[in-house]
Amino acid sequence: MSAGVELDDVSCDFGRFRAVDHVNVSIRPGEFFSFLGPSGCGKTTILRMISGFQEPSEGAIRIGGKDMRGQRANQRPTALIFQNLALFPLMPVWENIAFGLEVRGEDKVRRRARAEELLRLVDLPGAADKMIGQLSGGQKQRVAIARALAVEPSVMLLDEPLSALDLKLRQHMRAELRGIQKRTGVTFIYITHDQGEALAMSDRVGVMSQGRLQQVADPREIYNNPVNGFVAGFVGEMNRLTGEVGQVANGHAVFGTPHGTFRARLAPGVNGAPVKLYVRPEHMVLSQDGGSENSVPVTIGDIAFEGNFITVSATADTGADLTAEVRNDGIGKLPDRGAKLFMHFDADRAIILPDESKA
Amino acid sequence: MQDLLRRYGATLTGAFVVLTAFWLLALVILPNVTLFESSFRYYLPVVDIGGPKDVYTLANYQKFINNPVETSFLGIPFTMPIHMITFFNTVIFSAIVTVITFVLSYPLAYYLAKMVSPASLPTLILLLFIPLWVSEALRAFAWYIILTFNGPLNSSLVGLGLLDSPIRWQNGVVTAYDAIVIGLVYTYVLFMVFPIYGSIQSLDRNQIEAAEDLGAKWWQTHWRVVLPHAKPGIASGCVMVFMLSAGSLLVPTVLPSTRSNWFTQTIQVLMLESQDWNSGAAYSFLYILLCTVVVTLVMWLFKVKLSDIAK
Repeated sequence: MSAGVELDDVSCDFGRFRAVDHVNVSIRPGEFFSFLGPSGCGKTTILRMISGFQEPSEGAIRIGGKDMRGQRANQRPTALIFQNLALFPLMPVWENIAFGLEVRGEDKVRRRARAEELLRLVDLPGAADKMIGQLSGGQKQRVAIARALAVEPSVMLLDEPLSALDLKLRQHMRAELRGIQKRTGVTFIYITHDQGEALAMSDRVGVMSQGRLQQVADPREIYNNPVNGFVAGFVGEMNRLTGEVGQVANGHAVFGTPHGTFRARLAPGVNGAPVKLYVRPEHMVLSQDGGSENSVPVTIGDIAFEGNFITVSATADTGADLTAEVRNDGIGKLPDRGAKLFMHFDADRAIILPDESKA
Repeated sequence: MQDLLRRYGATLTGAFVVLTAFWLLALVILPNVTLFESSFRYYLPVVDIGGPKDVYTLANYQKFINNPVETSFLGIPFTMPIHMITFFNTVIFSAIVTVITFVLSYPLAYYLAKMVSPASLPTLILLLFIPLWVSEALRAFAWYIILTFNGPLNSSLVGLGLLDSPIRWQNGVVTAYDAIVIGLVYTYVLFMVFPIYGSIQSLDRNQIEAAEDLGAKWWQTHWRVVLPHAKPGIASGCVMVFMLSAGSLLVPTVLPSTRSNWFTQTIQVLMLESQDWNSGAAYSFLYILLCTVVVTLVMWLFKVKLSDIAK
């Protein structure tokens, strides 16, 4: 009952503005797929096109292999969970959940039974006769999920439904959503600007920027092997060093910068394009001596204690701002502000990518 | 009050309070109380006022149930006091006016609130308001001219070949009150459009989309989501249009048929033509009371609370 979704060269224009630009992606049946990107990147437009509230200007959308052109939202096998949930405040919980069955002409006894069953699935038994206003944020979330599941959609579309919740509840609902998705086997397409959410829940993530799909891969691949500077910079934190690619050997390249000459992995297909060297803060190591490869002399600036890790900001002697994240082992001593140290990184953990601003 | 004193000083605040109190007492409360009191007295020649015949009585109210006449409703003949017949006709046709204005207003209000582009909304609202710049009397006379035997409606219908010969619209084609209903609908339709527009506008568009996404057809979305949300607006629009129609004197006077009679006309005849202010006052208060009863009954029937309307 779950179905795959194919976006075949889909574009969408609003007047002169191109919100979605030639997006191609094939989402597998039963997959948890996230579109991740900053606001205004076109991810919500994609969701509205799949659900049928927006027609693509070009290209085709297929759900379960069937072309959806001309199919209105109430004819598509999708269910959308809105960012503000859009529960019906004038109906009790069970009528909300059974609304999709009611409009299909299901009789009242069956509707009620199905609503109770779904309330158990989302772990909210006994709430059937409450009004929406009596529920907490997390409970509303569950009702919205149950309401969407009631119509037995092949594809569930979620538009940042967790963004209004507080941190603890959000983390809890992530696991919950993931669990419901695994139990029901329905294809979930999730829209978010929160990389933590996308990485933690998804089977695959599509990173978007300016209407274009930049990279589609599983979360580890996205984080560890971003294909360009945008993906590298948007997903997680990055240190950036500007320079020129020199000699290349075994996938590694020599990289000349004003801060020194480094060695790092070279992403495929960067020849000629403007590039930067990217290193994650957690791969930056602080040390007293600068003898090893890829080391930069720095002066320690701000130190932010985050609990499980410590963010150390520093300025290279040549002016670049660098950040290192050090795991808090509970006993280690922190460097002093203004201390002269070295930051160095492993050549395998650094990557040379096309510059994000030129992507 | 403290705020007013601080902002405007004692003199100005005092003036505000005195003026407002004067307006309320002398121009609203006192005349109504006087009228209410006089409704319980006989209509007497001046020499008898204050004399032994000037006593309190319910006679003026009892006139409402005097003078039974033969009539029929839906072919069933029965007798009823003549003024009661007028009252029921007024209530029934005011209700019909209310229903017609609702049927006309709801789609328009929905269109204005949810479908029209924000850029063209001010123009459309302006277009709706322009007729209001003309006085109610002129608008009623305009309809008189439109509906008259040699008027534009007949001549265009005959000219288009839709009618063989002109019709006496004002005598009533369906009922004796056709022209009055048309006039009242035209006069009061905006009192229905704007409350409904306001209540639909406050509906989150996602609610409509959510209903559609869950498979609802357009009428199911309206029935289950839009209408219940708009209920307070619909209720206040209905109450306003009903009360305004039932209380209208101008339209039933300008657009009557030979057989129509509006309750306000009965009161007008009592007060201005018979100069019997006592009975006129009694009829006025009775009318307010009965209309309130009707409105309350209908609100109870549709499960609308007063607090809903106040929203």
